[in-house]
Amino acid sequence: MTFNVPAIRAIYLFELHRTWRTLFQSIASPVISTSLYVIVFGTAIGPQMAAIDGVPYAAFVVPGLILLAVLTESVSNASFGIYLPRFTGTIYELLSAPISVGEVLLGYVGAAVTKSVLLGLIILGTARLFVTFSIAHPLAMLAFLVLVALGFCLLGFLLGLWADGFERLQIVPALVLTPLTFLGGTFYSVAALPPVWRAVTMLNPIVYLIEGFRWTFFGTASVHIGVSVFMALALICACLGAIVFIFRTGRRLRA
Amino acid sequence: MAASSDPVLSIRGLSKTYATGQRALENVDLEIRRGEIFALLGPNGAGKTTLIGAVCGLVQPTAGTILVDGHDAVRDFRAARARIGLVPQELATDMFETVHATVSFSRGLFGKRRDRALVERILRGLSLWEKRDAVISSLSGGMKRRVLIAKALAHEPVVLFLDEPTAGVDVELRRDMWAMVRRLREEGVTIILTTHYIEEAEEMADRVGIIDRGTIVLVEEKTDLMRRYGQTRLSIGLAEPLDTLPAELVGEDVALSQDGLTLTLVQSGAGGAGLEPAELFRRLGAAGLAISSVATSRSSLEDIFVDLVSHREHPRHEVRS
Repeated sequence: MTFNVPAIRAIYLFELHRTWRTLFQSIASPVISTSLYVIVFGTAIGPQMAAIDGVPYAAFVVPGLILLAVLTESVSNASFGIYLPRFTGTIYELLSAPISVGEVLLGYVGAAVTKSVLLGLIILGTARLFVTFSIAHPLAMLAFLVLVALGFCLLGFLLGLWADGFERLQIVPALVLTPLTFLGGTFYSVAALPPVWRAVTMLNPIVYLIEGFRWTFFGTASVHIGVSVFMALALICACLGAIVFIFRTGRRLRA
Repeated sequence: MAASSDPVLSIRGLSKTYATGQRALENVDLEIRRGEIFALLGPNGAGKTTLIGAVCGLVQPTAGTILVDGHDAVRDFRAARARIGLVPQELATDMFETVHATVSFSRGLFGKRRDRALVERILRGLSLWEKRDAVISSLSGGMKRRVLIAKALAHEPVVLFLDEPTAGVDVELRRDMWAMVRRLREEGVTIILTTHYIEEAEEMADRVGIIDRGTIVLVEEKTDLMRRYGQTRLSIGLAEPLDTLPAELVGEDVALSQDGLTLTLVQSGAGGAGLEPAELFRRLGAAGLAISSVATSRSSLEDIFVDLVSHREHPRHEVRS
């Protein structure tokens, strides 16, 4: 046996089952809150705003709002998935099983990515009910969505391995992720900022992701799509490296 | 039992020092025979759980090698771990899953294809079949422990570790568990259990290992251990009280009770030049003493254990709730 396929399958299905059990909390609530954003910014405020780079404001905010929900849910879902067994003690089974870190990740993070991408697509469909827009590069959009979901699910998994309490689990999304996303050009174009603020904003890695995602919708963005893809890949590699390190050394997992 | 000579588990020079500096295991050598029931006894904090953790992959050894059925537990961890089932001491279970789902999950995690018939057999064997669709959080503590055992058996392990399987378990479940352990042994599963209840080891184990302060103090066939370290007491009740030991018995291993009504002969299991009971009775007859009662008792494994561990003289911190 070189690859424990039944284990990947077992973990993957277990995690999807957990999502199914908490369907309302994990899918319905972000869909509802994002729809409210779309309604307020798109249909209520949007008509009074000037178009940005030729894109009506109502449509302009949609990619950022989708990513806002996907990033937050990816981190909270993936972190909870691995933190829960650590909290209840059932992690003993995972640690004593004949599986490698790669298989653990395929199971846990694979399930989390599946859920995040589905969530993103559901929000996309819901937004389309309120706002008219078309997607310039649908395949690139899907690919970029998967890439970003993967990056943040890995980040969430890492958070779940590191956290030593439910408080920390919630602090990172609330105190770090949401502000970075709001200030990352969800509601405005980075290009329109004064030079100083623009320079500060460009230190925020989430800017590149939102701009990249926006490019797949409208074909224009303040950042080149190549840079955006590079940033997404960099996030994935950094998280992977940290997770493999944790499993190899057994830190926070094995005594 | 068909215990063949090649060990199913072989531990060499195993040491573990925790990050806190605590030395939990020191140079442990241990071989477990195929198909036996091995009881690991030791006071709290002796290193029992650390030893099990090191074999199962929960603890990273500081030094030493572990071979499970010939497979190195680190280099060939897949093969090694696939052969081990672990029932942990703590009742750690998923809360919202059903019994059937969690047992099937365990089977998958250990790399086995789904097998509903096998899972059914395991659940029936543990009186869990009626509860198969129950959510685990709704079960009693005893039922949860059965679930943990079912999970550990789901991948048909060769070696089963039971870490304090009957701690806080009612009499009925304990009896069920003993029956299950014997059944598993008949199927060829090797069982290693740690326990507080020494009568449990006495009742079930083929061999006994005693661990104390991270070192294996002794490993022995249970019957040899009982014979070697055990003592037989012969108590003789006298019709009339004596003031002093009769001259015929002075110098022998015989004691007179305070009230002068009981004579006690202690025979050590190791044999030697003790007084034979027949000779004792002959001398009692010669002394003209009337005997009102005779009773014998053998020391239990517990007496032996307490004796062995306390002889190593160390402060015992009994902190067990």
